[in-house]
Amino acid sequence: MSEVTLPAIGTPSARPAPKGLTGRLIHEKPLGAFGGAVFLLFLVCGVFAEIIAPYGLNETNMAARLLPPSAEHLFGTDHLGRDVLSRVLIGAQLSMIVGACAAALATLVSIVLGVASGYFGGRIDMLIQRFVDAWMIFPDLLLLIAVISVVGPGMTEIIIVLGLLYGIAGSRIVRGAVIAVRENAHTHAARSMGATALHILLRHILPNIMPVVIVLFTTRVGAAILTEAGLSFLGLGVPPPAPTWGGMLSGTGRTYMYLGPWLALAPGLSLTLVVYAINVYGDALRDLLDPRMRGASGFRGAR
Amino acid sequence: MQAFVTRRLLALVPTLVFASLIVFVSMRLIPGDVIDLMLAQNDLSTDHDRAAIEAALGLDQPMHVQYFRWIGGVLEGDLGRSLWQNTPVTEQLAATLPITFELGFLALIVALTVALPIGVYSALKQDTLGDYAARSFSLVMLAIPSFWLGTLVMVFPSVWWRWSPALEYTPFFEDPLNNLAHMIVPAVLLGLSLSAVTMRMTRTMMLEVLRQDYIRTARAKGLNEPLVVVRHALRNGLIPVVTLIGLQAPLLIGGAVILEQIFVVPGMGLLLLEAVFQRDYPVISGVFLVVGFGVLVINLLVDLSYGWLDPKVRHQ
Repeated sequence: MSEVTLPAIGTPSARPAPKGLTGRLIHEKPLGAFGGAVFLLFLVCGVFAEIIAPYGLNETNMAARLLPPSAEHLFGTDHLGRDVLSRVLIGAQLSMIVGACAAALATLVSIVLGVASGYFGGRIDMLIQRFVDAWMIFPDLLLLIAVISVVGPGMTEIIIVLGLLYGIAGSRIVRGAVIAVRENAHTHAARSMGATALHILLRHILPNIMPVVIVLFTTRVGAAILTEAGLSFLGLGVPPPAPTWGGMLSGTGRTYMYLGPWLALAPGLSLTLVVYAINVYGDALRDLLDPRMRGASGFRGAR
Repeated sequence: MQAFVTRRLLALVPTLVFASLIVFVSMRLIPGDVIDLMLAQNDLSTDHDRAAIEAALGLDQPMHVQYFRWIGGVLEGDLGRSLWQNTPVTEQLAATLPITFELGFLALIVALTVALPIGVYSALKQDTLGDYAARSFSLVMLAIPSFWLGTLVMVFPSVWWRWSPALEYTPFFEDPLNNLAHMIVPAVLLGLSLSAVTMRMTRTMMLEVLRQDYIRTARAKGLNEPLVVVRHALRNGLIPVVTLIGLQAPLLIGGAVILEQIFVVPGMGLLLLEAVFQRDYPVISGVFLVVGFGVLVINLLVDLSYGWLDPKVRHQ
């Protein structure tokens, strides 16, 4: 028998071998990579805030009140002579903790609700979806204000409430992804081979919805940081003297801004920069990981 | 169309039931604590006060009785009385709702006048410098918190030019000019933050529509470009943008709460914040009901207009 020449499967193309996700990010989405780098910078600042901060968090110095930015105090000092840079750094830490923990909790809640709704379908789906419908008619900030007014302000409270809030809203996105995967051939095959529901969920559904989950998590970090800042601004966030970015822009500090306008700059600029960074990073990640979600605009559109 | 409307209305029923449960449960999560806080805040500490407050709130009844009593009152238009001012909640809502509505309406106008032209321009000049500038602007607007922008507007003009935005509210029908002079700054800020998403959506939709065959046909038969863009493309591209306005209603109200506080606009947001700090629960649940109902109505109107604009939706 003559030898059959098999067509080469997966002939290496002229293009360079596909790099890892980070490589693709830098190569294809430079703005997204920039966002990721900025976010990483803030994360490092947050983790090592106590070490980097040039002055103590509540170190008051009445001789150095309301000093404009200088070499000694890069972002100036406030009405109690506290170094604004040091406080902004600790503020980064608080923001990062709230953002990461709330987003993690939210993602977990979204997965549980979304999978229950999408995989089991039927009456459970119907019930959960009507609940999500009702939940989503209330503005995030209003729900937060109301619940915080009952449970009292505090970091843990905010993380839990934000986590539940975004978790319930985000479950719809997970549900959509689960429904898409549920009808895949490999899921049907597993089911016909007698695999248990748990096995199918863990081995076939979850790994396939991971891109959606990762994108969901990323966008929620930014949303949580922004919302916490808004709450702290209204005096319902992490209570003082913790230097949250939102808190630094409100309360007694506001009256001194007219004498020291730099007080209004650093916290707001940090907040905008970090949320911008997460948004562009999240957008880039979504485009790379899950092209189907393209067009949903930022965390607000993804709701 | 009639069947479509009926179906939409019926679908609202379970949502309304769940929404009322959410308001009810979130308000009565830890009733014991609430009363302790109320007592501590007002230097009332005798047992008699405690029992009186419990009875006034109806907290001495079992949960389901409380719920049905409350929902019964709501259906009759009775939202209870403010715990501190003792005025009916409906009265307070009637006084503040139009103000917030005005703010939201002005903000929407600002958002559309900014977002639509820039979104269309961005789509027509895809991947040019102008497009990049517009998209960057929208990304930055998405990230800037409105309370920071509000703070900057308060502080810097005052420091540089000794000018600060008006902070005194005058009712519109008393003195429209003074009213607008006060409202315009928060409305522009709120509108700008809304315009970011609308701009992105307009751009995406226009890009999609401009690639359709009928646009090519319109151009091929020699129609001039403005006519193609406005009459043919924009009309179809705007349909999803209409939906977006509905989706943004909660965002609009959330933003209004913060901006009303900064610019001392005596609307529903300010009412809510004062109620929260005083722990005035009937007022808080009243605001919630109105907001929830308002968002539902807006979404319903958007759904219906969508069905009217796009026959495909009607027959799904």
